[in-house]
Amino acid sequence: MSIENKEFKPLIVAFCCNWCSYAGADLAGTSRLAYPAEIKIIRVPCSCRVNPMFVLRAFQRGADGVIIAGCHPGDCHYTTGNYYARRRMTLLFSMLDFFGIEKERTRVDWVSAAEGVKFSTVMNDFSKKIHELGENRRLGDLRCKMPIEK
Amino acid sequence: MQRIGVFVCWCGTNIAATVDIDTVVEAMKYEPGVVHASDYQYMCSEAGQSKIKQAIKEHNLTGIVVCACSPRMHETTFRKAAKAAGLNQYMVEIANIREHCAWIHKDRKEATEKAVVLARTAVAKLNLNTPLTPGESSVVKRALVIGGGIAGIQSALDIAEAGYEVDIVEKQPTIGGKMAQLDKTFPTLDCAACILTPKMVDAASHENINLYTYSEVDSVGGFVGNFNVKIRKKARSVKADICSGCGICTEKCPSRKAENEFNLGLNKRGAIYIPFAQAIPNVPVIDRDQCIKFKTGKCGLCAKVCPADAIDFSQQDEIVEKQYGAVVLATGFNPIKLDNFDEFGYSQSKDVITSLELERIMNAAGPTGGKLLRPSDNGHPHTMVFVQCVGSRDTTGCGKTYCSKICCMYTAKHAMLIREKYPDVDVHVFYIDVRTPGKNFDEFYRRAAEDYGVNYIKGMVGKVAPTNGKLLVQGSDLIADRQLVIEADMVVLATAIEPDQTAKSLATMLTASIDTNNFFTEAHPKLRPVESPTAGVFLSGVCQGPKDIPETVAQASAAAVKVIGLLSKDKLMCNPCVANSNELLCNGCSNCQHVCPYGAIDYVEKEFRAGGKTSLRRVAQVNEAICQGCGACTVVCPSGAMDLKGFTNQQIMAEVDAICR
Amino acid sequence: MQNADREINKEKISVAEMAKQILEQGRADRLMGWKRGEFFYDNSPAVFENLSELDDFVYDLFCGSNLSKFLVKESRKDGKIAVLLKPCDRYSFNQLVKEHRIIKDNVLPVEIDCDGMLDIDKIRALGIKGIKKITVDGDQLQIDTVYGPKTCAREDVLLMKCLTCKDRVGGDRFELVKEIEAMSSVERYEFWRSELSKCIRCNACRNVCPACTCEKCVFDNDKSGIANKANTDSFEESLYHMIRAFHVAGRCTDCGECTRVCPQNIPLHLINRKIIKDLNEFYGEYQAGEDDFSKGPLTRFDLDDVEPDIVMERGGNK
Repeated sequence: MSIENKEFKPLIVAFCCNWCSYAGADLAGTSRLAYPAEIKIIRVPCSCRVNPMFVLRAFQRGADGVIIAGCHPGDCHYTTGNYYARRRMTLLFSMLDFFGIEKERTRVDWVSAAEGVKFSTVMNDFSKKIHELGENRRLGDLRCKMPIEK
Repeated sequence: MQRIGVFVCWCGTNIAATVDIDTVVEAMKYEPGVVHASDYQYMCSEAGQSKIKQAIKEHNLTGIVVCACSPRMHETTFRKAAKAAGLNQYMVEIANIREHCAWIHKDRKEATEKAVVLARTAVAKLNLNTPLTPGESSVVKRALVIGGGIAGIQSALDIAEAGYEVDIVEKQPTIGGKMAQLDKTFPTLDCAACILTPKMVDAASHENINLYTYSEVDSVGGFVGNFNVKIRKKARSVKADICSGCGICTEKCPSRKAENEFNLGLNKRGAIYIPFAQAIPNVPVIDRDQCIKFKTGKCGLCAKVCPADAIDFSQQDEIVEKQYGAVVLATGFNPIKLDNFDEFGYSQSKDVITSLELERIMNAAGPTGGKLLRPSDNGHPHTMVFVQCVGSRDTTGCGKTYCSKICCMYTAKHAMLIREKYPDVDVHVFYIDVRTPGKNFDEFYRRAAEDYGVNYIKGMVGKVAPTNGKLLVQGSDLIADRQLVIEADMVVLATAIEPDQTAKSLATMLTASIDTNNFFTEAHPKLRPVESPTAGVFLSGVCQGPKDIPETVAQASAAAVKVIGLLSKDKLMCNPCVANSNELLCNGCSNCQHVCPYGAIDYVEKEFRAGGKTSLRRVAQVNEAICQGCGACTVVCPSGAMDLKGFTNQQIMAEVDAICR
Repeated sequence: MQNADREINKEKISVAEMAKQILEQGRADRLMGWKRGEFFYDNSPAVFENLSELDDFVYDLFCGSNLSKFLVKESRKDGKIAVLLKPCDRYSFNQLVKEHRIIKDNVLPVEIDCDGMLDIDKIRALGIKGIKKITVDGDQLQIDTVYGPKTCAREDVLLMKCLTCKDRVGGDRFELVKEIEAMSSVERYEFWRSELSKCIRCNACRNVCPACTCEKCVFDNDKSGIANKANTDSFEESLYHMIRAFHVAGRCTDCGECTRVCPQNIPLHLINRKIIKDLNEFYGEYQAGEDDFSKGPLTRFDLDDVEPDIVMERGGNK
C-alpha cells in the first residue's frame, strides 16, 4: 500500500430512513458495533424521500460514496416508499455507471430496526469498498477540471 | 438570519468519554447562525432542560441544536423544552453524537471530528428550518376491536366501561377465541369457561359494545381519529334478530360430515351448527360447503323445523361501513401446522395429538365428555409422553425461532391434571429447558414434577413410531446421557404458536408493521409495547408476541387505556412534517398523486393572475390530515413544487453540503 | 394510439390543403404548423389565425421541429387550435395530455405523414454548398446549387432522430447506447467528459424538450437548491445534463429534439435513451406517450422489482 492510500480519508454519506435504518443505526450504536467514522448519516423520513439530486449533490461536493438504507421491501412504514426508492436508485446507479462513474460508489441496502449487526456489517463493507476505489474524482469533475486519471 | 444555540450533552461519560466536548462547543461557535454554544452533563435532565430554556430567553434564540443521543430517544423532550421557552418546537434539531458517534468509535480524535461534522450538519439544517404548526383533525369517538378472543373482549369491555362505543369484529361465528377451547388455566387450575363465559356475556350485553361475529374487515382507509372501515358480515343463512337459539335445527340437520372446528376435528358437527353451548351470539350458522340444501337444492329440513322461521338460505354477505377513532388488533394465534415435523408421527397416528387437542379431550364439554380416551380406540391410556418445543426455538427452518412461552406451563398443567385424575397413567415430559418465570409458575411446575411424580426428561424426541397399536417414542436423556425408548399410548405435542394468518393482510390494510414472524411490531419494544408504529392502531394479546392469559389481559387493558386516552381528545394534533405543494410551481401533472400511498393529494383548478392576465391552472393540494410525510411525491415532482416540511429539499441539500464541506 | 377525436388525412390531400380546409371550415380557430423562414431550410413553428396568414405555411423536408410543446401555452388560450402532428410528435402530444399540460378539449390534433426530415448540417458536411433547392428522387436527393446540380443519398442526411424513427421497421435505436455500454468505465467517462465539456449551457435542449414544460424550471429557481448560476464550478453546471435526464426519466418519449437543437452537437438523446433502455429491461417495455393515461415506470412498482444491485452485477466493465 502506498502512503497516498493511507492518507485517503473517504467521505461517505448515508441516507437512512427514520423508521428502519436510522433505528438500525441506533441499535448498532447501543450494541457498540463499530463502523468507520467517515460514514455520516442523514435522517430522512423514508428512503423514497431521497431525491437522486441529493446523491448527485453529495458526489459533486466531494463525497466518495453514497449509500441509501431503508426498510426491507414489504416493511416500509409508509407501505410503498421503498419500492419507489428501489426503482429510482436502480435507474440512477445505472445512469452513473453509463457516465463512467464507478458504480461501486453507490449502494442501496435494506436494514430493519432490529438489524444493528447488519447495519454495522453493511457500513463496514461499503467503507472497505470505497477505500479500495480511492478518491472520487470522476463525478466531481465531469466538466474537465483536472487531467483524465489513468 | 437565525439565532442558533448549540447544546452539547456529555450523557455522563457516554459521550464525553469518546468525544471531546470542548472542541465541539468551540467549533460550533463559528458556525453560521450560531450565537451561543454550551455543554452540560445531562441535557435531558431537569437542570439541563432549564439551561436550554434559559439560554433561549437570554440569547433570544430562534432555534436550538442539541448534540446528544438519538432523536428517537429525546427529540420530543427537547421540543417540549423549547416550546416551554416560547420557541416553536420544530425549531429544534438533534445531532446524534451518541448512538451514531461516541458509542461506535474508539478513537477520540476521530469521534470528536465526526461529532463536529454531525453538529454542523444539524446547524446547517436548522438554518433553513421554519416554524411549523401542526394541523388539527377530529376524533370519531368509537373504537374497533379486531378479534373477539379474551384480548379483544377485555379491550372492548374496558373501552366500553369508559363510555365509548366499541365494535368487535370476529371472523368466527362466536366470540371467545382460543380461551374458550381451553379446559383449565394455569397456575390456579380454574376452568377457562367459568371465567371466560361471564366476560363474553358482559361484552354481548354491554350497551356500548356492538358485536360483528362471522365478520371480517374488508378494507381500512383514513387515519388516526378517522379510520374508515368496511366490515363484511358473512351470510349466516340465519336471521340473527329472530333466531331464539333453541338449537332444534342443529339437532335435526341430516349432514354430519363436517369436522367440528371447535373440537379441532376430534368429532363431527352438522352443516348448521352453534360452535359450542355458550357461544355468543347463540345463533347457528350454515356451513354452505356442507349443507345439502346448498349443495343439491334438496333438504331444507332446518327451515321446516325452525319455530321462529329464522332460516334464510338467500342471505347475502353484507358490507357495513363505519368510522372509528382507534383500532385495536387482537387477532390472536393458531398452533402451527405440523407438516414439517413428520418425525413425531402426527399424520400417521390418531394418538399423536397437539396440546390444544388434549385441552378438548380433557374438557367436560369436549368430544369425550372430559374422559381421557385414546382417540384411536377410545381406550384408556397407561403411558403418555409430552414433547415440548415442537416447532418452537427451532433453528432448522422447519419451525419458529422464538419460544412460544406458554407450552412449559400448560404441559405442566396437563401432566398434573392427568396424574391427579388418573394416577395409573405414567407421564413423561421431554423438554429442552423448562421456562417458568411468572407469579406462582415455578412452584406450579415443581409441584407437577415433585408432588405428582411427572417424569421430566431433559432431551428431545427424535422419532415417534406407531407400532402395533403403540407409539414407540425414541428420545435422548441428556442428563443421564443415554438413549430412551418409551412405549406410549398417547403422545402430546406442545406445538408452537404463530400469529393468525389474517395479521398479514390487516397489517397491509392498516399500514401497521409486522415482524418476520408476522407478529405485529410495537412502536417501541419497551416503552410503547401496546401501540403499533401506525398512529391510532393498538396491539392486544398474542398478535404482538406469545403471551399467557394474564399477560394478554394486562396488555388488552393497557391497549384499552391508550384507546381511551385517544378517544377522550376532541382534536388531534397532526404531524406538521407533511408534503406541501407550491402552487406557483405546480405543473398539475399528477405524478405525485400516482405515488401517494394515502390518497392525500387532490387537484383543483385554480385561477392565477400574472402580468395582468388571469389563467386557470390545475394544481396539487395536499390534505395535511391524511398525509403521513413519507416524501414519495417530492421526488417525482419535476418542477420541485412538492416539498416536505421539516425535510425540505434545501434542508437535505444543506445537510449534504455540511457533511461534504 | 388512435383516438376518435383526431383528424386523419383520409383523402390524401396535401398537408397545406388540409390546413386550409380546417381554417376555412371553422373546425379550429387557429392552426399550429410551420412557416417558411428566410431560407428554405429554416422553417419554424408558427400559429396561423386566418387564411391569408397561411400563405407562409409550409410542410416539406425541413419541418423536423416538434410542435407539441407549444400547445402547453396555446391550448390555454381562447378558442380551438388545430395542430399538425407527425407520427413521432404524437408521443409527445399524448404525454403532455396525460400530464394535463395540454388542455385536450381545446386542441384538434391532425395526424400527418412524414418520410423523414433532413439535416441541413449533414448536407453541408458532405461539401455541398450554395444550396438553392432540394428535390426527392427515390432514395436520392437532387440538390440544385449555385455550383450546379449535386446528388446524395437521402439516408445519409436524415435528422438523427429520423434514423431511428419509431414508425420505421428494423434498426435498433439502442445501438449507440450499447456501444457506449460496451466500453470500459474509464472510456465511458472519457467519452462523456469530452462531450459534456463542450456544453455552453445555452439551454436549447431544455427549451425544446417537450418533457420540459415546468411552470418554473428547477434550474431557474434559486430556491430549488439546484440552480446556482453564480458559480462556474457549481452543482448545476457540472451535473446539468444528468439532473435533466433524471427529471425527464419515464416521461421522455425519445423524440430526439435535444440532439437536433444542440449547437455543440452533443448526442444528448443517448442519455435519455439509456434510461429508456434500462426502464424497458428492468420494468418491461414502456413507450412514454404511447397513450394518454398509463402510469410511467417511475410512478409505479412491482413487489418483485430488481434490486439496485443489478447494476453492479451487469456488465463486468472495470
